[in-house]
Amino acid sequence: MTTPSTLPTAPAPAPAPAAVPAPLPHRRRRAPKAPSALLSRAGVTALLALATLYTLLPLTWLLLSSTKSRADLFGTNGFAPGRDMHLAENLEQLFTADGGVYLRWILNTVAYAGVGALLAAVFSVAAGYAFDKLAFPGKERLFSLVLLGVMVPGTALAIPLFLLAAEAGLVNTFWSVFLPGLVFPFGVYLARVFSASYVPDEVLEAARMDGASEFRAFRTIAFPMLAPGFVTIFLFQFTQIWNSFFLPLVMLSDQDLYPVNLGLYVWYSSALSQGHPEDYLLAVVGSLVAVAPLIAVFLMLQRFWKSGMTAGAVK
Amino acid sequence: MATPSTLGQRRTAALLLSPFLGLFAAVTLAPLLYAAWLSLFTTRTSGLGFGGTESVFAGWDNYVRALSDPEFLDGFLVVAAYCAVYIPVMIGAALALALLLDSGLAKARSFFQLALFLPHAVPGLIAALIWVYLYTPGLSPVIDLLASGGIRVDFLSADHAVLSTANIAVWEWTGYNMVIFYAALQAVPRETLDAARVDGAGAVRTALSVKVPMIRPAVALAVMFTVIGSIQLFTEPKVIYNASSAIGSSWTPNMYVQTAAFQNNDFGLAAAASLLIALFAAVLSFAVTRISRRGSKP
Repeated sequence: MTTPSTLPTAPAPAPAPAAVPAPLPHRRRRAPKAPSALLSRAGVTALLALATLYTLLPLTWLLLSSTKSRADLFGTNGFAPGRDMHLAENLEQLFTADGGVYLRWILNTVAYAGVGALLAAVFSVAAGYAFDKLAFPGKERLFSLVLLGVMVPGTALAIPLFLLAAEAGLVNTFWSVFLPGLVFPFGVYLARVFSASYVPDEVLEAARMDGASEFRAFRTIAFPMLAPGFVTIFLFQFTQIWNSFFLPLVMLSDQDLYPVNLGLYVWYSSALSQGHPEDYLLAVVGSLVAVAPLIAVFLMLQRFWKSGMTAGAVK
Repeated sequence: MATPSTLGQRRTAALLLSPFLGLFAAVTLAPLLYAAWLSLFTTRTSGLGFGGTESVFAGWDNYVRALSDPEFLDGFLVVAAYCAVYIPVMIGAALALALLLDSGLAKARSFFQLALFLPHAVPGLIAALIWVYLYTPGLSPVIDLLASGGIRVDFLSADHAVLSTANIAVWEWTGYNMVIFYAALQAVPRETLDAARVDGAGAVRTALSVKVPMIRPAVALAVMFTVIGSIQLFTEPKVIYNASSAIGSSWTPNMYVQTAAFQNNDFGLAAAASLLIALFAAVLSFAVTRISRRGSKP
């Protein structure tokens, strides 16, 4: 109640005389007349640059470390290049270690996260569209079930999933990690929001008048309109599955089924506690190789994840 | 009105909903129900331990055990301490950065947006692998730098465990939330800002008393998702303290569940604890949504 939801009417004790209220060409305002040091152009940019340093330095460490020999990794400054370039050797080691198991982990991850998120996005868009545009009994009750799914944290499901998979004989199989990734309640919520804003009712009405079946209207008219939302939901779920660690840790014991995440963790643990220091370098290089394509995807698909995150926030 | 069209809509809805709902039932509802069932039993070693184990109905026993186990409850305290550090710092920084970007004073806005967002593309496990190096005395250039400034921190000690894990989360999520807040700020109507300026509000005052209240729903949603995420804290501490015994094996609720299930083979307790975590998260996020919704109405 203390927060004004409308404008504050009392004029603030302004340090500078009120600027001429000339209409600006667009909504960006000009700098105040007597800017404090912090608010000056340089100050703002400097603050942003400082924050950028914080986000980029650890990534720089990863990049530099991947090019170092093991001796340099522990013997030279983490934010400086090593004494000689070791990237090629490191990569070779990475892809040949343990009989080339790293490539296998990458392929597994592509299946878990790539294929999984693709299907999850299809199912989410279909369900979200149905919730938005179609009339059927019990709609809102079903939708609150979806919202409940949004609120239950994924990792709280790991042990229940494990217990059920144990009962069904699915522990330590591909399906035990793949199937849970197909369900993305927040994606359904997003898809409903997207459908409400991207698919005009009139277009559907027109299609119905023309005698198109409901399913056909969805497939040929609405789905193409929902394509940007589809990509956004895919990206969200892709990162989520790619990030997941607790579930595969609980489910999988066969190295050949590991996603990259779990494989790196095993290398890292074996370097730390089982006396295999050479595995540490593998974990570092393996991290870089795993992250690089992900960063590339995010750079390329900026438009989509930005629009999706905004849709979730502005509602 | 026309029955065929209503029927067609229902049929299509069933068709479009069934893949999601079927899988949702299989991998969300069924596990929760099955875990609820298992949580009512406890396994007991029969006889002298030669006859294997038997399952005994235990009622609420597992719940009572979890809720009276200081290790489990301490996990929630750790998460609370973690939230107390992490959420204000991360949300505050994200908001501040978004306001800086929105102030119209920043150069290279899209570069900064991207550079600040980038850590989010790094999986939590890899982020932890990176930071653990930067936390390790004798290796870390950060520690060397701090030491040259006279500051000595042992990031890997139990005392700093909350800070060390919170920092990784701040690193990963600040840029992500900043992008959301920035987008919300851009949607603030121009007239509102012009009016504030006419009233003589400076840039800082406009930011704090006009812009921030207007993007409150976005902030509330971000807080809700952050809270849900925080309750799941597992990967980062698991990695950072992999080789040390500084924080124990039940430091967070999820770590407690893992230990109960796979070190002690106490599946009844693990199931009960999992359900308590899920319930806690659901209630909490419901409360956060409620509070923020009430707060946004005058």
